[in-house]
Amino acid sequence: MRLNSVAKTVLQRLGLGLITLFIVSIIIFSAVAMLPGDFAKATLGQSATPETVAALQHEIGLDRPPVERYFSWVGKMLKGDFGSSFASRTGYRRTVAEIIAPRLYNTIFLAVMTALIAVPLALGLGIVAALYRNSWFDRVVNTVTLTTISFPEFFIAYMLAFLIISRDTFAGTEFAQSLPAWLAISINWTLNVVPKFPTLANINDETPFWDHVWRAALPSITLTLVIVAHMMRMTRAAILNMLSSPYIDMARLKGMGPMVVVVRHALPNAWAPIVTVVAFNLAYLIVGVVIVEVVFVYPGVGQLMVDAVRSRDVPVVQACALVFAAAYILLNLIADIISIATNPRLLHPR
Amino acid sequence: MTSAEPLIQTTRAHRVRRTRRSRMRMALKNAPLSAWFGMGVILCYVVIALFAPLIAPYRETQVFSEAFAPWSHEFTFGTDQLGRDMLTRLIYGARNTIGIAFITTTFSFAAGMTLGLLAAMYRGWLDQLLSRAVDVLMSIPSLIFALMLLSIFGSSIPSLILIIALLDSTRVFRLARAVGLNVVVMEYVEVAQLRGEGPVWMLRKEILPNVLPPLIAEFGLRFCFVFLTIAALSFLGVGIQPPSADWGSMVRENATLITYGDVTPLLPAGAIALLTVAVNFVVDWFLHSTSGLRDEK
Amino acid sequence: MSESGYKLRIAQSLIGRGKVSRRDFIHLGLAAGLTVAASDQIFVTVARAQPQQGGFAKLGMAHGATTDSIDPAGYPDTFTQTAFSGAMSNGLTEVNAKGEIQPDLAESFESSNAAKTWVFKLRKGVTFHNGKTVTAEDVVTSMRYHMGGDTKSAAKSLLESVSDIKADGPETVVFTLNSGNADFPYIMSDYHFVIMPSVDGKADWASGSRTGAFVLENFQPGVSAKLKRNPNFFKNGRPYLDEVEFIAITDLAARMAALSTGEVDYIGRADLKTLGMLKRNPKIEIIEVTGYGHYTLPMNVTMAPFDNPDVRMAMKWAINRQEIADKIFLGHATVANDNPIAPAIKFYKNPVPQHRFDPEKARHYLKKAGMEKLKVDLSVADAAFAGAVDAAALIRETAAQCGIEVNVIREAEDAYWDNIWLKKPWCASYWSGRATADWMFTQAFAAESSWNESFWKNPRFNELLVQARAETDEAKRAAMYGEMQQLTHDDGGSIVLVFNNFVSAKSKKLGHGDIAPNWENDGLKMAERWWIAQA
Repeated sequence: MRLNSVAKTVLQRLGLGLITLFIVSIIIFSAVAMLPGDFAKATLGQSATPETVAALQHEIGLDRPPVERYFSWVGKMLKGDFGSSFASRTGYRRTVAEIIAPRLYNTIFLAVMTALIAVPLALGLGIVAALYRNSWFDRVVNTVTLTTISFPEFFIAYMLAFLIISRDTFAGTEFAQSLPAWLAISINWTLNVVPKFPTLANINDETPFWDHVWRAALPSITLTLVIVAHMMRMTRAAILNMLSSPYIDMARLKGMGPMVVVVRHALPNAWAPIVTVVAFNLAYLIVGVVIVEVVFVYPGVGQLMVDAVRSRDVPVVQACALVFAAAYILLNLIADIISIATNPRLLHPR
Repeated sequence: MTSAEPLIQTTRAHRVRRTRRSRMRMALKNAPLSAWFGMGVILCYVVIALFAPLIAPYRETQVFSEAFAPWSHEFTFGTDQLGRDMLTRLIYGARNTIGIAFITTTFSFAAGMTLGLLAAMYRGWLDQLLSRAVDVLMSIPSLIFALMLLSIFGSSIPSLILIIALLDSTRVFRLARAVGLNVVVMEYVEVAQLRGEGPVWMLRKEILPNVLPPLIAEFGLRFCFVFLTIAALSFLGVGIQPPSADWGSMVRENATLITYGDVTPLLPAGAIALLTVAVNFVVDWFLHSTSGLRDEK
Repeated sequence: MSESGYKLRIAQSLIGRGKVSRRDFIHLGLAAGLTVAASDQIFVTVARAQPQQGGFAKLGMAHGATTDSIDPAGYPDTFTQTAFSGAMSNGLTEVNAKGEIQPDLAESFESSNAAKTWVFKLRKGVTFHNGKTVTAEDVVTSMRYHMGGDTKSAAKSLLESVSDIKADGPETVVFTLNSGNADFPYIMSDYHFVIMPSVDGKADWASGSRTGAFVLENFQPGVSAKLKRNPNFFKNGRPYLDEVEFIAITDLAARMAALSTGEVDYIGRADLKTLGMLKRNPKIEIIEVTGYGHYTLPMNVTMAPFDNPDVRMAMKWAINRQEIADKIFLGHATVANDNPIAPAIKFYKNPVPQHRFDPEKARHYLKKAGMEKLKVDLSVADAAFAGAVDAAALIRETAAQCGIEVNVIREAEDAYWDNIWLKKPWCASYWSGRATADWMFTQAFAAESSWNESFWKNPRFNELLVQARAETDEAKRAAMYGEMQQLTHDDGGSIVLVFNNFVSAKSKKLGHGDIAPNWENDGLKMAERWWIAQA
C-alpha cells in the first residue's frame, strides 16, 4: 500500500517533470530567438556582410521560420537526437551530444567531488554547532560561514588563487618586508604548507582520474566555501528544532549522552529539511557554477551554455537548458523521496 | 456557535495585540550583542545611502588626474582605475546598491507573497498553475536566464530590477505558499471562512500576520542575495550602467588588484560582506525570538 | 687565443644548435679559466639567444569559444588565428618582424600591367600534412573558398577587387585585379588566406591537413588545441618546438594567475592593472609591441549634428586622448591623431596640428557651428574594445567642460557589431589595423566600403585613394598618402583615440627573435618562430 502510493507519487512527479522540460524548451527557444542577432551575425561579427550572413544562415537553416525550426528540433529530440551545433558545416558535423557529453562529465565530476567534501563537512559542523549551541565554537562557525557566503563567488575564487600565487611571491612583496621578520617568515611558512594547487583547471578527455581531482581542487574548495554555510545552518536549525521535542527530553532523562541523543534520535527525524537543502545545493553545484568555471577555466556545462548563448548556437543552448532542468527536477524528486521515506507523514500533505 | 464566535474573535485579537507589542519590547531588551551590532550597521548604511550627496567628499563621477592614487588625506581610500575618489564611489555605491537591492526585493516579495498566499488559500487549479509555472522558472539556471533576458531587454536599471525580482519571486512564492498552507488549515481561518469573510479581509487580518515572521526573515536574506546576483551578472558583462557606482561592479572592476597585494577591492567586497553579516545577525535573532524555523534559501 | 679559449668559442656556437650540454660547457669553461658560475652564465645567455630544438610549450590565449572551428572562413579570435592559421597553416606571403612583406608558400611574386596582374611562383616540393604536394590548383581553390556569392568567409571583402585567379602550370598562380593595387601581396598575408588541399575542386579544410609547422593532434573547441611538430616542414630547421598546446583562458585574472604559477609559458593580452606585480616575478618577462590596432569613435557624418564638420572638429578637441591612454590603457598605448595609419606603417605622416584636449578650441568650433551647447549620445560596450565603457566615462567628463553633454549609453555586449556599430550615430569601434595605408583606407574610409564606419564620402580622398593604389613612384605615392591622412584628420568622421600595444607576458624559458607588429602573438606565428631556451 505504502510502496504503491510512493511509486504513484514518483510517476506523477516524473510526468510533471517531462511537461516542465517541454515548457522550458519553448521558453529557451523563444528567448534565444528574441536575442538580438543570430548565429551567422554573431560569428561573423565586425566582418559580416549581408551576403556572407545570408549564405551562412542558409547553410544552418536559419532562413526557415522559427516555428518550423522548433518543431523539427522537437521531432528529432523525440527520437533521441539532440541535433547538430550551428558550428557544423557540410562534411564536418559536430553533434550536440558529442559537444555536451565531456562537459557534462566534468560538471558532474566537480559536483560529486564538492559534495563529497561539503556535505559531510556541513553536517558535521551543523551537528557539533547544535550540540554546543551558543558556545564559542558555534559562534565562530556561524560567523565564518556567513562571511564566506557574503562574498561574490569570483572574489573567493580570486582570493584562493592569490593565496597560491603568494606561496612564491610573498617574500618579495613590500608588505612582507614591512612586517617583522619572524612574522613574515611564519606567514611564508604557512603559505608553503598549502599544497600548490593548480590555478588552471583545464582538463580534457585525456586527463587521468587523479590528475582531474588535483586540477579540480581549487574550484571544488571555492564551491565548498559557497555552499557549506547554507547546509550547515539548516542542519543546526533542524536539529535544534528536534532537540526541543518531548521525546528528546525523554531520551535525555533515560540518561543518554548528548551525542547519542543527536545522532540516534534527533537526526533521523530532522532529515526532511536537511535533505531538501542538500538537494537544493547539489542542484546549484550542477546548474549554478558558471562563474567558478570561468575563473578556473574549468570546461563545464555552465560555461558551454553561456558561450552558446553568446554565439546564438540554439541547439547547444537548448540541450544545456534541458540538462540543467532535468538535473534540477531529478534532484528535487530524490530529495522528496528521501524525505517521504524518513517521514511517511509527508506522503499525504495537507 | 453564534454566541461563541465574537468571543473567540475578541480574545484572539487581544492576545495578538498584547503579545506582539510586549514581545517586541521584551525581545529588544533581551537582544544579544550580535543583534545590536547588526541593527547598528544597517542603520549606518541606511543613513549613508540616504544622505550620500551630503556625506561624499566629491561628485559621484568626478574624475581626478591620478588613477590608482594611494590612500591619502585628499583621497581617503585612494582613487579607482579612472581617478575617481574611492570613498565617494563607496558612499554612492551604498545608495545605488542598497536602493536597487531594496526595490528588487520589495517587488519580488510583493509578487511572490501575494501569489503564494493566494495559491495556499484557494488551492485547486490556481495553485496548480502557479506552482507549475514556478517549477518551470526555477528549473532554468537563473543566472544564465537573467543574462539572456538582460541581453533581450537591455541592461538598464529598471529591467535589471524587474528581471531579478521575477526570478527571485519564485523562491518567495514557494516559501509563502508553504507557510500559508500551514496557516489556512488553522481553526481560526476556517472559522473566518465559515463566517463568510472576503478573501482580502482574510488575507490581511488572518493569514498575513501569522506568516509574517518567516517571510520577514527571508526578506533580509534575499536582500543580500540580490547584491551577489548583481555582482555575478556584472562579472558576466551585464550589470549596472556606468558611470553609476555599485559595489558588485566595483568588486568586479578591481578584483584582479588583489593579486597585486592591493586591498582596495576588499573595500566594496567588505562593504557587501559586512552588510550581509549584519542582516543575518538580525535575522537570526528575529527568528530565534519568534521561534520559527527557517527553511529554504 | 688559448686552445681552451678557442674550444670555448666553438662550444658557444654549438650551444645554439643544442649540441653541447650545460655540463660539458661548464667543463670547457673551467679549462679556459672561468668560474663555474661565469661559464654557466655564458651558457644560459647564449642558450637563450639561440634557437633550441625540442620542448613543449603551453600558450595561454585570451580567447576561445565552443563554436571555434578550423574553418578559415571564420578564425574570429586570437585562439583560432594563432593555433590554426599561424601554427598549422601558411599563406602565400607573410609579414616579418620589420613589418615588411616576404614570400611564405610562394617563392617569389611580381606585378605587371600597372599592378593589375600579380604572379606568384610557388616553392617546389612543399607537401601538406597528408603527404600531398602543394600545387597551383590548391592555391586557386583555397582562394576561391573566400570568393563568390555563396561564400561564408569573413574575408570576402578583401578579395572583392580580384576578378580572376588561375593556375599557370603546377607552380604559378596568376591573380587579375579590377584596378591596380601595389600592396596586393600584403593582402595575401591575411590569416584567412591559408592554403588547403583541393579535393574534387573544393577546398578541404575539414581534414585539417595544411602546410604549417605543426600538425593538429587534439582540438577541444573552447578548451585547448594540441599540435605536434611537422617533420616535413618546408622551412629549414623550423619549428623549434616539438609540441605546443594552446589553452583558452578568457578570464584575465585566471590568465595572469596561470602564468604566475607556471601553468602556462605564455599569455596573450596581459592584465595591464596587475602588470607591475607580474614584473616582480623574476621568471617572467613582459613583451610589448606597438601594433597597427587602434580604437576609434566613429561619428556618422550623414546624421545631425555630425553632418557639420565644425561639430566634428569640436568633438575632436573635446577629448583627452592622453588621459585615455594613461588611464584606460595605463600607458600601454600611443596617442593617435585622428589618423588610422599607425606610425610603423609605410607612408605614415603625422597630420598637423596634434588634436588634444582644448576646451577653448572645442568651444570655438562649436560656436562656429552656430551652437552654444550640444547634447549627444555615445553608444558603447566593452565588446567594441575592453575599456570602451570607461573611456566613455572620461569623455563625458572632459566634454562637459566644453559645453558638450555626452550621454553615455551602455549597449549590450552581445551583437554589438550587429546592432550598434554602423547603426548608431556615435559609437565605439576597434580596428586590428592593416599592414598598409591603402588596405586600411580601402576598408574603413573608402566611400563604397561597407565598413566605412563614419559614412564619410570625401571626393578628394576617394580620388587620391584610387590614384595612389596604382602609383608605382614611391615619392608621389607618399605625397598622396600624406594628403589623405591630413584629410581624415581634418574632415573625417572617425575620432581615432589611441594605437594599442600588444602586451603579452611569457616565462623566461621561452626564447624568441624580434617580434612582428602586424598581429598579436608575434604576427600569430609564435609557434613556428619561438623556442624553449635551456635553463
